Amino acid sequence: MTTLDTHELTYTEVDTWVDVLPEAELSTEIGVPALVGNAPVAVFRTWDGELHAVSNLDPKTGASVIARGIVGTRGDVPTVASPLYKHVFDLRTGRCLDDDSLALARYQARVREGVIQVRAAG
Amino acid sequence: MTQWKEQALSPDRRSLVVLGHGMVGHKFVTAALDRGLTAEYEITVLGEESRPAYDRVALSSVFAGSSAEDLSLLPDGHYPDPGVTLELRAQVTGIDRAARTVTLADGRVVAYDVLVLATGSYPFVPPVPGREAENCFVYRTIDDLDAIRAAAVDASAGAVIGGGLLGLEAANALLNLGLTTHVVEMAPRLMPLQVDDAGGAMLARHIRDLGVHVHLGATTEEIVADERGRVAQLKLKDAEPLDIGVLVFSAGIRPRDELARACGLEIGPRGGVVVDEDCRTSDPAIFAVGEVACAQGMVYGLVAPGYSMAETAATAIAGESRPFTGADLSTKLKLMGVDVASFGDAFATTPDALELTYADPITRVYKKLVVSADATRLLGGILVGDASAYLTLRPMAGSDIALPANPEDLILPPRSGSGGGIGPVALPDEATICSCENVSKGEIVGAVTSHGCTTIPDVKGCTKAGTGCGSCVPLLKTLLDHELTKLGVTVSKAICEHFAYSRAELFDIVRVTGARSFSDILASHGTGRGCDICKPAIASILASRYNEHVLEGERGKLQDTNDHLLANMQRNGTYSVVPRIPGGEITPEGLILIGEVAKEFGLYTKITGGQRIDLFGARAEQLPLIWQRLVDGGFESGHAYGKSLRTIKSCVGSTWCRYGVQDSVGMAIALELRYRGLRAPHKLKSAVSGCARECAEARGKDFGIIATEKGWNLYVGGNGGMTPKHAIELARDLDDETLIRYIDRFLMFYIRTADRLQRTAPWLEALDGGIEYLKAVIVEDSLGICADLEADMARHVATYADEWAATIADPEKLKRFVSFVNAPDVPDPTITFVDERGQIRPAGPGESGEPHIVAGPTLKVGAV
Repeated sequence: MTTLDTHELTYTEVDTWVDVLPEAELSTEIGVPALVGNAPVAVFRTWDGELHAVSNLDPKTGASVIARGIVGTRGDVPTVASPLYKHVFDLRTGRCLDDDSLALARYQARVREGVIQVRAAG
Repeated sequence: MTQWKEQALSPDRRSLVVLGHGMVGHKFVTAALDRGLTAEYEITVLGEESRPAYDRVALSSVFAGSSAEDLSLLPDGHYPDPGVTLELRAQVTGIDRAARTVTLADGRVVAYDVLVLATGSYPFVPPVPGREAENCFVYRTIDDLDAIRAAAVDASAGAVIGGGLLGLEAANALLNLGLTTHVVEMAPRLMPLQVDDAGGAMLARHIRDLGVHVHLGATTEEIVADERGRVAQLKLKDAEPLDIGVLVFSAGIRPRDELARACGLEIGPRGGVVVDEDCRTSDPAIFAVGEVACAQGMVYGLVAPGYSMAETAATAIAGESRPFTGADLSTKLKLMGVDVASFGDAFATTPDALELTYADPITRVYKKLVVSADATRLLGGILVGDASAYLTLRPMAGSDIALPANPEDLILPPRSGSGGGIGPVALPDEATICSCENVSKGEIVGAVTSHGCTTIPDVKGCTKAGTGCGSCVPLLKTLLDHELTKLGVTVSKAICEHFAYSRAELFDIVRVTGARSFSDILASHGTGRGCDICKPAIASILASRYNEHVLEGERGKLQDTNDHLLANMQRNGTYSVVPRIPGGEITPEGLILIGEVAKEFGLYTKITGGQRIDLFGARAEQLPLIWQRLVDGGFESGHAYGKSLRTIKSCVGSTWCRYGVQDSVGMAIALELRYRGLRAPHKLKSAVSGCARECAEARGKDFGIIATEKGWNLYVGGNGGMTPKHAIELARDLDDETLIRYIDRFLMFYIRTADRLQRTAPWLEALDGGIEYLKAVIVEDSLGICADLEADMARHVATYADEWAATIADPEKLKRFVSFVNAPDVPDPTITFVDERGQIRPAGPGESGEPHIVAGPTLKVGAV
């Protein structure tokens, strides 16, 4: 049984890479939610094949929904729009393009042996 | 102690006292703040009413449901600057000019260095015998309206003495209160100050059409009270007496200049405190503004000159000058739904002026232009019944703009082939565009060319134009677009950076090219990769055209929040589930099943505004399990998500109701099944009422149907979201088939031509020609597209399939319904609930909620 109280989780997995899903199962421009350590993370692949991983928590509300946002571009910037109040974030930096006070935490993502991995925050 | 604090704040701050907190007093304070006067002055405002300033011009809207708060010009009750103190219920009894103090009724004495009189006016009550009877009112304050409303409860008829602008407003109020309404005007025409005899006659026809009894050239002789002292009868000279229970005086205003008289200030021959061009009275320490002032021998009873005087006085106190040299008395209003406008030299008092008139007794339109003797310049005019030309004509009046060769074209209805009229673009820079804030065309052009304004909100912020009554906003838009085009800025209808097209144009592109995918449309007509604006818009267009499953293939990545999971996302990232209950008709078995599902999954339940049942608090991974239970029990998706047809409400109708004249439930069910799943530019709602009692509230809907003895009446363009609108009649006395045919056409025409996220009400308002145009398109097929629209709807009806059932049958689509792709057994720990009124609700910040898991962490999701 997985413990749900986030305060009881420890960070023993610091600096480890967590498997998210087989590369073949990640559609372009559709986010997926993943659990990395104790953190909800949204993983995306943009049209150019780049992988992006950001916090799944909408910074305005704390709801775990960013993976359900629409992926697109603003100018050259690859973006995701939070489904709650439509704030648009730069997937490369996590910066919000509509409100300077908001940002998404960034995570590193990579492919190892056909599996997408995200690095737990340390 | 208080004195010490003030001293410490600003040792040499002087005292500026404002008497009166009406619209003009408030305007003076904001003008003083704009000029930074609080740096030098401690401002004290003494208002007599119990409320801060409110929009008296919109007083009548109180009868249409506005509250005192809606009208307030200072909703917080205080100014943002601590240097201004507003005291309400403060009655001033005297001014001592030698000591520079004002005395209040409670005995307090307030010292001033500068005094501003903004005491306004009081309504004039003519000395008619019996005027002290109960239920005789004036029409001036919110309290007056409340008293009128209370008195109307026991009355069946009422009269207004005075057929001017305010008198007609008051008459409308009585009419709205359900009274038989009389207007008694001493002059031979209505609105004698604004319109001429012919205009007044046309206006009277309109007002009589509304059921108001208009008595012209009528003198009131006596007001007769009943034995309880209440008004019972109005005796008129040479006419039958009127039996009434409510009487409203609206016979003009008198300046409230009694304080000024008592302290020896100079008073005008017909009242009002005499002021110079800086609005200074005969005492240089005292200013007067608004209806209490007499400027150039005139007392102005309109708000625009009062505002202008407030600016002038504030400027003078700041040490500069902005002379007030008279005001534009032009008015344009919609009185009881009738357009009336009067501007410039409306009564042709200029020597040798010529009059051009146009009158059409059938459409009840009267227009008059007053032009110079050589017919080259416009001097003024009057418009009744159709004042659409006012915005362009008013700035021309008294300006140097040459009239066109055929000036009659300016007032004649457009003829085919004739260019007609003259645009605002041709106006000179001095022409006033916004008379509320006194903003010229030159200032608006400057806002675009020198201050970089590119939108209407920019222009409003920069110039204040359009922030008063708002009637000049269409003119602002024309000027803004023209200037932007001149600057080489394309006035963009583009929905976003990826498409240079409006939604209506994109719809046509899809329709004409037959394109079926976002990628194809982007490749052929767009740039870049798309975004959260264009993706859902095009997804919606494709869904309206082809009705294919919204999560199929590429379409899965285009969908907005709610379409993304076919449910409605709530504030904590959980979803609500709403099964369709057509027309609100449900069996006991259906009710029990919904209850069982709610209990099993621990959901919050609520009856919705649209006669369905909401189940709240479902996690993404629970949705397919919930749907499975509902689909098995015969329910389908209610489309509570997405921009699509939501509900068709109904009253109980003739099957049960003793008043119902048609089967509203049957019709609502038929319509809901016909239009279910229909995607549109905005969500759509409807209702069917079985009789004119309107229990289903059909006129508050995008399309509403009300049964009559003869069939169905169809109303469209209600709802309106944040700005409520009643639906307007499109057709009446329809049989079932014609009703459905018209709705098919209406819906498909809206879907084709509306902007993204534009509801039916603003869409209808923006249609050139409005409801008449829509009637021509829908009923008379003036565009020849009705067969096409009907075919579109027929295809929609034929291709409908339940999205929930299709989703739970497809493992590919189910993949997105997970908490975490790498830990599907772990529910999202951020979702927690607390109890409220015996059910769950999302935990708020600082609340330690429980992870409320009834269906448990062992869901078999994605592995069907």
